[in-house]
Formats: sequence, structure tokens, C-alpha cells
Amino acid sequence: MNIWVLLKQTFDTEEKIVLTGGGISEAGVKWIINPYDEYAVEEAIRLVEQHGGKVNLLSVGPERAGEALRTALAMGADEAVLIHDSRIPQDEWAIAKVLSAFLADQGADLILGGNFSVDNGAGQVAIRIAEQLGLPHIGSITKLDISAAGEAIVHRDAEGDTEIIDAHLPALFTAQQGLNEPRYPTLPGIMKAKKKPFRLLSLDDIPGISLQELEARTTRVSLSLPPSRQAGVILQGDLAAQAADLIRRLRQDAKVI
Amino acid sequence: MSRTILTFAEIRNHELRQVALEAVSAAVKIAGTAPSEIASCLLVPVDTSLDALERYAESLFTHGANRVYVLKHADFTAYHAELYLGAVQQVVSTANPEFIIFGHTSVGRDLAPRLASMLQAGQISDVTAIQHEDGNLLCTRPLYAGKAVEQRAFTGTSAAPSIITIRPNNIPLSAPDSSRSGEVIEVAFAPPSLRTIVRDVVRKTSGTLDLSEAKIIVSGGRGVKSTNGFKPLEELASVLNGAVGASRGACDAGYCDYGLQIGQTGKVVTPEIYIACGISGAIQHLAGMSGSRVIIAVNKDPEAPIFKVADYGIVGDLFEVVPLLTTAFREFLEHEA
Ligand SMILES: Cc1cc2nc3c(=O)[nH]c(=O)nc-3n(C[C@H](O)[C@H](O)[C@H](O)COP(=O)(O)OP(=O)(O)OC[C@H]3O[C@@H](n4cnc5c(N)ncnc54)[C@H](O)[C@@H]3O)c2cc1C
Ligand SMILES: Cc1cc2nc3c(=O)[nH]c(=O)nc-3n(C[C@H](O)[C@H](O)[C@H](O)COP(=O)(O)OP(=O)(O)OC[C@H]3O[C@@H](n4cnc5c(N)ncnc54)[C@H](O)[C@@H]3O)c2cc1C
Repeated sequence: MNIWVLLKQTFDTEEKIVLTGGGISEAGVKWIINPYDEYAVEEAIRLVEQHGGKVNLLSVGPERAGEALRTALAMGADEAVLIHDSRIPQDEWAIAKVLSAFLADQGADLILGGNFSVDNGAGQVAIRIAEQLGLPHIGSITKLDISAAGEAIVHRDAEGDTEIIDAHLPALFTAQQGLNEPRYPTLPGIMKAKKKPFRLLSLDDIPGISLQELEARTTRVSLSLPPSRQAGVILQGDLAAQAADLIRRLRQDAKVI
Repeated sequence: MSRTILTFAEIRNHELRQVALEAVSAAVKIAGTAPSEIASCLLVPVDTSLDALERYAESLFTHGANRVYVLKHADFTAYHAELYLGAVQQVVSTANPEFIIFGHTSVGRDLAPRLASMLQAGQISDVTAIQHEDGNLLCTRPLYAGKAVEQRAFTGTSAAPSIITIRPNNIPLSAPDSSRSGEVIEVAFAPPSLRTIVRDVVRKTSGTLDLSEAKIIVSGGRGVKSTNGFKPLEELASVLNGAVGASRGACDAGYCDYGLQIGQTGKVVTPEIYIACGISGAIQHLAGMSGSRVIIAVNKDPEAPIFKVADYGIVGDLFEVVPLLTTAFREFLEHEA
């Protein structure tokens, strides 16, 4: 099975956000594989353990994204491709266009991505790629069984309900939490990862893509921090009195009931 | 010729979702003073009664739609990506909209990006506010689950429509006007050939209320200690007509389904009242609920970080406090009625 995993590097979810010079400061930030993409990597490795084949990783991003790819290689993926080019606009249309142009002739049986990225969080890129490649997609999956013949039975999370869907490969799925428990890279895994094929490409290496087509459809106009919340009051007295006090305050002060 | 703004009118358990009306309200906001048609796309099962259809259309008209496109299919009872896409695509080619608005719901999140790529369109996701400024339309949306906020605009020379998904519970409803009416147009739906089959839907949620749309959320963490421990929270939520949510701590421990998880890797919620019970207040959890209007925390540890963001804190054992709250709210609400 020839599997491609779409992977993006994001801030660790523990990070606080600091603004500098109109952007988000990256100083001292710890980087991770987008948690949803990590589920996708794990699922791909398990499928190859079961059926044989190859796990390929693909990312568009700055050079530091290479670290996230190395981590996924250390988990057990086989090869990685990083497309790094400052001419690519930060817009989901453009990113998806680049990724799908590259994937078009890779003969993928299965493409796995994340449900959304925990930073920008648009939840667009993977599903857009399915459309561009003319593949069926199932978003937000929590269980995946694939037979040797390429018949997939997929559980999809739909706001707490589970939809059970049959599909046939090739297809694209996006991973939701609960799909699996990603493994940690082992020390031998980390050593081996250093020798695994890693390609750094630019737009010039991808045939059939024009800058004209990549024109951004959307752009950021401003960036700010949300108003910070202040600690309120800790209610006092016996618990029953606190309950009554709370209701009074919700009604009179907060005016929400 | 006036332009068209199309909204997707999502139905859940035979009711129009609140976000369907918010989408129409967003369309009204986008339209501003420019002459615009506001059309809604309604996908219903073939056995939908005329009564129900009228009710749906009525609500959409009352909030600002002038036109409702209705498509019928036996399988519109559950979401099916290819079927829904085919239907919306058909409406798009009929209505030729300049904007298309979806709810940022399970359905909208799945459908909108696929349609966007098909139309070569840009999309701004998870929008919480829309405003006009110097001739630009600015869409506000959270980054890092709300740790930062950006405004985005549509740019470029593409003639494709602009697609927006709106986060439920954030776009204010336009003032309802029951004297308004509009036209219902049935579109004969030609379903595409399907490559996926929805063989079953396992309903784990009850009722029509989704977490992201709830006005009041009672949320439990690891402090709830077991599946059974969620019972008192469910009672409180039911008295308040709210929904139950959870921290990842509670989900990981297996006390509840991941569908309930609130936070950076779960749902981001913005209810009027958020009651956190036995939740410590980790940064990932705070990211998902800090936009709530009023936060109430119940925790036995006075040092728990959740108290730093709570408007009202009760230090105590949740198994004592929550039932007391249930009783107090019940009495208050009965008294009010
Ligand atoms: C030069 C350059 C610098 C960049 N710098 C940054 C940066 O600093 N911060 C940043 O957040 N992004 C950066 N990007 C990436 C790009 O801007 C985002 O990936 C894009 O905005 C995707 O939107 P999203 O994060 O909302 O993803 P979503 O649409 O929420 O992602 C859904 C899924 O799609 C897949 N996916 C998304 N983006 C990528 C990707 N880039 N590569 C592979 N798979 C992907 C993943 O499986 C992901 O889980 C950079 C890109 C380039 C070319
Ligand atoms: C990549 C990543 C993503 C994550 N995403 C999320 C996310 O989206 N959402 C999320 O919530 N977390 C997320 N987390 C996890 C987060 O870091 C915390 O581990 C988690 O939120 C803790 O859950 P908790 O508050 O229920 O449990 P704990 O931190 O264990 O807190 C339990 C609290 O209950 C109190 N308590 C115990 N018993 C009682 C009682 N009888 N009465 C009253 N109070 C009591 C305790 O004092 C304590 O404060 C993520 C972590 C990572 C690494």
C-alpha cells in the first residue's frame, strides 16, 4: 500500500501566544507535529505493518518543518518530502494546490491528513486535496479497517455521533482524536531516521504548476490577542448559601439568567 | 442585476439549526446596503411534510432570506459528503452566488472546503464576526483555538465565489420580521454517482442541541471520577436546558466520549454560561472555553488554574456542590415561570 501522509508542523499546544512586529513570535517556541497529523502518521505505519507498502510524508512549510518530518520518520515512516518555497502564499487554496500538484503523479493508494491544524485551524487543506485529485474523502475518522482488496470501513465522528461508511481505495481520510494512540520515536528509530530518504523541493521541482494559479484567495488583514480574562470572585459561606449567592449574581451582576 | 448570497440551511433531527439562521443573518450583514438576493439551500428527505417545509422556509424568510431552494432525496436523512456536495453544487450553478455561507459544523466543515476547491474558491473558516471597513469585508476568526485572533479578507482577481463558514453561537441573529416572505423553489435533484456508502449512523448524542450551539454548558473533568460521576452534571445541564461537555482528562480516562471534549484539540465553545466541574484549567482546555460569557468553576483545590479565568468560583467537592446548584437553579426557574 502506497500511503501519503499530509503533515504540518505546529506550535506545541502548551505554548502561549506572543505578538511581535505584527506577527506571532516564534522565539523559544517548542514545535510539534500537528497532533491530528500524528494520528495520521501512526495509522499509516500500522497499515503498512499490516499490509506492507510504504509510508511517505509530505509537508509544505518553512525549513524548520523538516524537524517534524524527521520525528515522523523516527516513528517509522519511510520517506519524507518538504516543499519549501517563499513564493507559496499562506492561503489554503494555494497550499492545497501545491500539495495536490505534487501528489497527482505519486500513485497514492491512500492519503491521510489531519482533521484540522491546531494553529491556523481552517480544516480545509486535506479535503481540498481530495477534490483536486478527484478522490472520495471521509473527514474526521476515528476507526479505519482496510481489507487486502482495498475495501475500507471507516468510522467518522459527526459531532459525537458515529457514521459508519464504506469506501474503496484510493481515497483520502482525515484523522480525528481517538483513531489511535501514536507511538513515541525510539532511539534506534531516531538513528535510522537520519538515513531515510528526505527530499527538499521547491516549486520549480513540481511540474504543471504556475504562480498565477497559486494566487491567494484570502489574506490576513490584522492580528491581535483576545481580551484577557480576569479572575473573578471566590464565593464564601456554606455551600448552599454559595449556590444561592451564585444565582443572585448571575441574575443581578452578569445578567445572564 | 443584484448579486446573490447563498446560505446552507442545515437541519438536525428535523429542526432547522440555529446556525442556519445565523448564516442568513451573516448574509444580511454581508449584503449591507447593496441590493442582494439572499437564498438558502435546504436539503430534505423526500417524506418531509409540507408543514415542516413551510416552517423551515418561514424561519429563513423571517431572518432575511428571500428565496429557498429545496432539494429532496431519500438519503438526506444523514450527511453524505458526495450526495450533499452534488446537491449544493446544483444550487450554486442555478443561483450563481457571490458568497456562500455554511455553519462551521460537522457538515459545513466537511462540505465547504470540497466545494471551495471545486469552484476554485477561497474560504475563510470558523468566522466569529463579520464587518465592513473601507469597502472591505473583514472576517474575524480565532487562531490557536482562540489564543489569538485574526481578521481575514478575500483578495485576488479570481471570479470564484467567496466561501465562509461561521462558528455557531457567534453571529448575532438579524431582527426577525414575520411580515417578510419569499419564494420557495424546488430544484429537481440529479444525484451524482456515489463512491462511498453510509451504512449506519450510531447516535450517541440525544436531542437537537450540539455543544457548539448550547447557551449553557456544564463540563466535567477528571475530578468527576467515573462515567457515573457525570450523572449530577447531566441533571444540572437538563435543568438549565444546556449541554454536557468535558475536558480531555475526562475523555482520556474513558468517563465520556471524545465528542464531548472541549479545548484546543476538541470543540471551541462560546456559551453564555460555562460551568467547569472538576477541571483543573490546563492551557489547552482554557483555549476552548475562554470565550464564554460567564465562567463558573467548581473545584476542591483553591489553587486550581481554572479559578484564574472564572468569574465565579466555588471551592468544594463537586459531588456536593453540583446537586446543590441543580436544586437552587430548579427552584429559581420554577419561581420565574
Ligand atoms: C514558506 C512557507 C512558510 C509557512 N509558514 C507557516 C507558519 O509559520 N505557520 C503556519 O501555520 N503555516 C505555515 N505555512 C503553511 C501554510 O500557511 C498552512 O499550512 C496553511 O495555511 C494551511 O492551513 P491550516 O493550517 O489552517 O490547515 P488545515 O486546513 O486546518 O489543515 C488540515 C490538514 O491538512 C494538512 N495540511 C495543512 N497544511 C499543510 C501543509 N502545509 N503541509 C502538509 N499538510 C498540510 C494536514 O494534514 C492538516 O491536518 C507555511 C508555508 C510556506 C510555504
Ligand atoms: C497535544 C495536547 C492537546 C490537548 N488538548 C486538550 C483539549 O483540547 N482539551 C482539554 O481539556 N485538554 C487537552 N489537553 C490535556 C490538558 O493538558 C490536561 O491534561 C487536561 O485538560 C486535564 O484534564 P482535567 O482538568 O479534567 O484533569 P486534571 O488536570 O487531573 O484536573 C482534575 C481537577 O479536578 C479537581 N477535583 C478532583 N476531584 C474533585 C472533586 N471531588 N470535586 C471538585 N474538584 C475535584 C482537582 O482539584 C483538579 O483540579 C491536551 C494535551 C495535549 C498534550
